[in-house]
Amino acid sequence: MLDDAERGPAVPAISRDEVAHLARLSRLALSDTELDQFAGQLDSILSHVRTISEVAAADVPPTSSPNPATNITRRDEVVPCLTPEQALSGAPAQEEQRFMVPQILGEGE
Amino acid sequence: MSAAPGGSGVITSTAAELAARIHAREITSVEVTQAYLDRIAEADGAIHAFLHVSGEQALTAAAEVDAALADGKAPASPLAGVPLALKDVFTTTDAPTTCASKILEGWVSPYDATLTTRLRAAGIPILGKTNMDEFAMGSSTENSAYGPTKNPWDTTRIPGGSGGGSAAALASNQAPLAIGTDTGGSIRQPAAVTATVGTKPTYGTVSRYGLVACASSLDQGGPCGRTVLDTALLHEVIAGYDPRDSTSRDVPVPPVVAAARAGAAGDLRGVKVGVVKELHSDSYQSGVIGSFDAAVAVLKELGAEVIEVSCPNFEYALSAYYLVMPSEVSSNLARFDAMRYGLRVDDDGKHSAEQVMAATRAAGFGPEVKRRIMIGTYALSAGYYDEYYGQALKVRTLITRDFDRAYEQVDVLVSPTSPFTPWKLGEKVDDPLAMYLSDLCTLPTNLAGHPAMSVPSGLSADDGMPVGFQIMAPALADDRLYRVGAAYEAARGPIV
Repeated sequence: MLDDAERGPAVPAISRDEVAHLARLSRLALSDTELDQFAGQLDSILSHVRTISEVAAADVPPTSSPNPATNITRRDEVVPCLTPEQALSGAPAQEEQRFMVPQILGEGE
Repeated sequence: MSAAPGGSGVITSTAAELAARIHAREITSVEVTQAYLDRIAEADGAIHAFLHVSGEQALTAAAEVDAALADGKAPASPLAGVPLALKDVFTTTDAPTTCASKILEGWVSPYDATLTTRLRAAGIPILGKTNMDEFAMGSSTENSAYGPTKNPWDTTRIPGGSGGGSAAALASNQAPLAIGTDTGGSIRQPAAVTATVGTKPTYGTVSRYGLVACASSLDQGGPCGRTVLDTALLHEVIAGYDPRDSTSRDVPVPPVVAAARAGAAGDLRGVKVGVVKELHSDSYQSGVIGSFDAAVAVLKELGAEVIEVSCPNFEYALSAYYLVMPSEVSSNLARFDAMRYGLRVDDDGKHSAEQVMAATRAAGFGPEVKRRIMIGTYALSAGYYDEYYGQALKVRTLITRDFDRAYEQVDVLVSPTSPFTPWKLGEKVDDPLAMYLSDLCTLPTNLAGHPAMSVPSGLSADDGMPVGFQIMAPALADDRLYRVGAAYEAARGPIV
């Protein structure tokens, strides 16, 4: 990671390789064409939004929600909920009242 | 604006007028609902406001309202019997909920959103689900996987977004009421560019249960109408505490209907209005600034005291928003993993769950959703978190403080809703940053969680397209929007 002094205006905010890495982290199997297109667009967006570092805010508390609330709990009462059939109604595949998913572990794991 | 051939009075009536006639049993809800379904069949081929039309269900709901009234029962709500168009981001058990995404194509929710439940309980027939930018990300509806909605004022132009379908349905008389959601302006900007009314209520006052999440700390469902009073009537139907939404506020609903009725008398003496200096720029379209300045002059004529106020940190609202919002998106949309519902591709026994997940998300999400997921993943990643997401949350505090200081001096703030009138379809599709800049005036209120409204301020002198006037108020003072909005609307008179 570069600091602001090293990252002059001509230096891209993000490289194509970094975009490819983000796509992997985001579980998006992008094509090369998409990567080419997104690299430029993400660079332009991130170059704009990084102006936020200009704001002197070291001592300012963060706001993660306009309506801060902690530990909202419901009453510990049994109430009707979805039936297994309802919960599975949109499943791409199911078996014995369970969601059926592709292989998770590789051979030998 | 287009009106039905034959001059049907039903589809051009306000929701308040229709409700009064239905409740007086001068006309039935079935007749009204059928008139709108006929209008949709006639007009929506050119507009594409709807992704799904629920004719049968709407008529059944209408017939139930008529039967209850025939039995001498009181109307279930002040809008009982008046039909509505619902943005396709609220879950419904009797129609698909797609969020205009291929990843949810054909998906039917096993439960109703709380907002849907409230509409049903209020006797409001749901005509169908409206088009939007995919997962509510966009300002033009061009990010819909099912094709864009056209602006009824000029079908070569965008209807705004993300709630362009709901706004266009109102503007083309395909619905008398509609529901939108506003994360960064998705109710207000479509209202502005279609000459309709839309309100983003105070964050936490309309339940998000069953509203498919985009950015949870910003998303807010809200009412859309053709008049300020209609919008207020719908606001009171949908607002209220919901224990199923942990961010729901257990507070009384502000008296928005009373405020709209009082405002219509046109007296704003004693009301202090602040013009936000940072949301009034030479870089905005000249016709927008002209319309805005004329609207401010009307408020003065109605007795309001108008001063200029400064909110210096608004300059950074766009940057803060486009860090906070994608960060929440990248987290929320992780749920689309091809395992429990929605699309699944490449499940051929040869690919692992992770490969299926990545292939499905690549096939099911459109470009804007992918961009925002990646920006959010970037802003939240180790090494960048403090610099980007953390810093954006601090700027969010500074923007809220700017509002707080302004509201020490004034009751409401005003600005143009959008710096531009509706642009041509296709014009900004390949330039996401240019698209984001159209949200400049609406973003600050979302970051602060405050309420705001867009009310039409006429047509732009330079291109004849609609312009929206934005009114903002402190948290839980939504009624002030309606008082000022209704007073302005009455003094402004008809748009065309």
